[in-house]
Amino acid sequence: MNTSVKYLLKRLGIYAISGWAAVTLNFFLPRMMPGDPVSVMFASFRGKLKPEAIEALKQTFGFTDEPLLNKYISYLSHLLNGELGISTAYFPEEVSSIILSSLGWTLLLVGISLVVSFIIGSLIGMIIAWRRDGKLDSILPPSFSFISSFPYFFTAMLLLYFFGFKLGWFPIRHAYNSNLIPGFNIEFIVSCLHHAFLPASTLIFMGIGGWMLQMRNNMIGTISTDYISFAKSKGLSQKRIMIWYAAKNAILPIITSFGMAIGFILSGTILTEIIFSYPGQGYILYQAVQAQDYQLMQGIFLTTTLSVLAANWLIDILVLILDPRTRK
Amino acid sequence: MNRSWYNLIWINKKARLGIIIVSSFILIAAVGPIFFEDPNAYIGTPLLEPSFVHLFGTTGQGQDVFAQTIAGARSTLFIGLGTGFMIVLLGLIVGSLSGYFGRRIDNILSLIINIFLLIPGLPLMVIIAAWLPPGPFSMMGVLVFTGWAWQARVLRSQVLSLRERDYVNAAIITGESNIKVIIYQIWPQMLSLIMASFIGATVYAIGAQVGLEFLGLGDVDKVTWGNNLYWATNDLALLTGSWWTFVPTGLCIALVSFGLTLINYGIDEISNPRLLSERIVKSRLPNLFNRNGSTPVARELFGK
Repeated sequence: MNTSVKYLLKRLGIYAISGWAAVTLNFFLPRMMPGDPVSVMFASFRGKLKPEAIEALKQTFGFTDEPLLNKYISYLSHLLNGELGISTAYFPEEVSSIILSSLGWTLLLVGISLVVSFIIGSLIGMIIAWRRDGKLDSILPPSFSFISSFPYFFTAMLLLYFFGFKLGWFPIRHAYNSNLIPGFNIEFIVSCLHHAFLPASTLIFMGIGGWMLQMRNNMIGTISTDYISFAKSKGLSQKRIMIWYAAKNAILPIITSFGMAIGFILSGTILTEIIFSYPGQGYILYQAVQAQDYQLMQGIFLTTTLSVLAANWLIDILVLILDPRTRK
Repeated sequence: MNRSWYNLIWINKKARLGIIIVSSFILIAAVGPIFFEDPNAYIGTPLLEPSFVHLFGTTGQGQDVFAQTIAGARSTLFIGLGTGFMIVLLGLIVGSLSGYFGRRIDNILSLIINIFLLIPGLPLMVIIAAWLPPGPFSMMGVLVFTGWAWQARVLRSQVLSLRERDYVNAAIITGESNIKVIIYQIWPQMLSLIMASFIGATVYAIGAQVGLEFLGLGDVDKVTWGNNLYWATNDLALLTGSWWTFVPTGLCIALVSFGLTLINYGIDEISNPRLLSERIVKSRLPNLFNRNGSTPVARELFGK
């Protein structure tokens, strides 16, 4: 078999095991906890659902007197059908439909901020590494490492306070103007971008530093190699060597670290969404925590984990395509 | 850790600044709260702007922001440093077992480490913290459970390379037990990495702790930095424009993390010989060293 295919299958195996571990953790967690978590879990349904309906829910999620293994298997089969339970915070909506309707907003934020911060960060990193004695190289790295010390949501609060509250340039909550009907028209898209601007800026601003430092360090490594000296001795222009010789090789290892970054950015996005009441995963997670809605919390944990795993696999494929050294 | 190692850190400008910042906060955390009776006490009109009476103003519930910022330092730093220590201990044990014994043990432990690295941290913390009774020990447990894997991975690779050194093989041949080789031969050689790991884990623990408390998953009656921010948003600080209820706490968190990161930069420069020697070369040969060239040429360095 082709080695690249073999590699991708091996990675898929690791992601499958991780996904299974997350599912299993989700199943056992409420059962391992001190006290009587099951009654806590269903207490919030009291007065909302009939006792028979609560019994049926317990059956669905394996909170019965059956042997553990049977419960586990029935839990897995319900999961495969996409059943994540009923939310108490958004009663009587199903957890899966709440998550589905909010997942898009989070993907939008994570996607925009990951790409933009990566591009800006690696461009700056490339330039400051190329001019290592320059002023920018002594100013930017320390300033950005100070900025990255801020908690995400604190940066979000500052931006919201100045640009949303004080200056009023941007809306301070929600994902689009509520007078508009969602649809594929310019007015709606502009409203979406206007609302996403501050949350995305928070994430981009916090993300640039990491990419910049990585790119700078990798560039310094490639700059000192012989093929760069050779390119110089051929008399190629500085710009061309910087971009097409040095940066091209320096950027590949960074793309590999995209996978790690996604989990991290997701955590930042969750906190940022809460500040801006941006209706993605973070916002509903906050509602779930406030209402002690365990089904919704666990549903969000599962979907975010599976999304991160899927994203990691896509990145593996991307690296294979971009880096000829990985294909043999 | 001998004296010269400590001196090296102190000579490093970044590390020195970091040590000064972090130790001042530890001092404030240790001594500060003595001067305030109860940081949760109602002391005046809610949402007063900063003034000489109340240096940082008052919260939406009429508490003194200055007192809360100082009191919050104690619990946040205590949990942060304690968790950092536990994470390194766990990471060191798992990393050493994995790196030292190799083969099947390494395969299994590495797989577990990778799984923990892949599962997104914050949602995992939330679902565990939501079930546990709020308190400092639950908080530490959650942070250690979700944070050990990264340090284990870093420490594992160092053990893996030290394992192949001759002196380690010599110790094994003389009949030292494996545990003794790990503790007495390998660990002392990676002290600077363990130290850096501890600092990295502490930065993580402070950030994650503040995030969880901000979500309302801490003990909300306690005064901590995360809870200060939780109450600030709950009292609609952003809609009333009362910036003083969240800015002091946020800046303190950023300063502590920045100070810790600076110490780590210092340790990195000292323990990475390439960075150090370059610094020495640079200080002795100002402006002559062309780092864009492949190898420094004598003519370039010393003039014609």
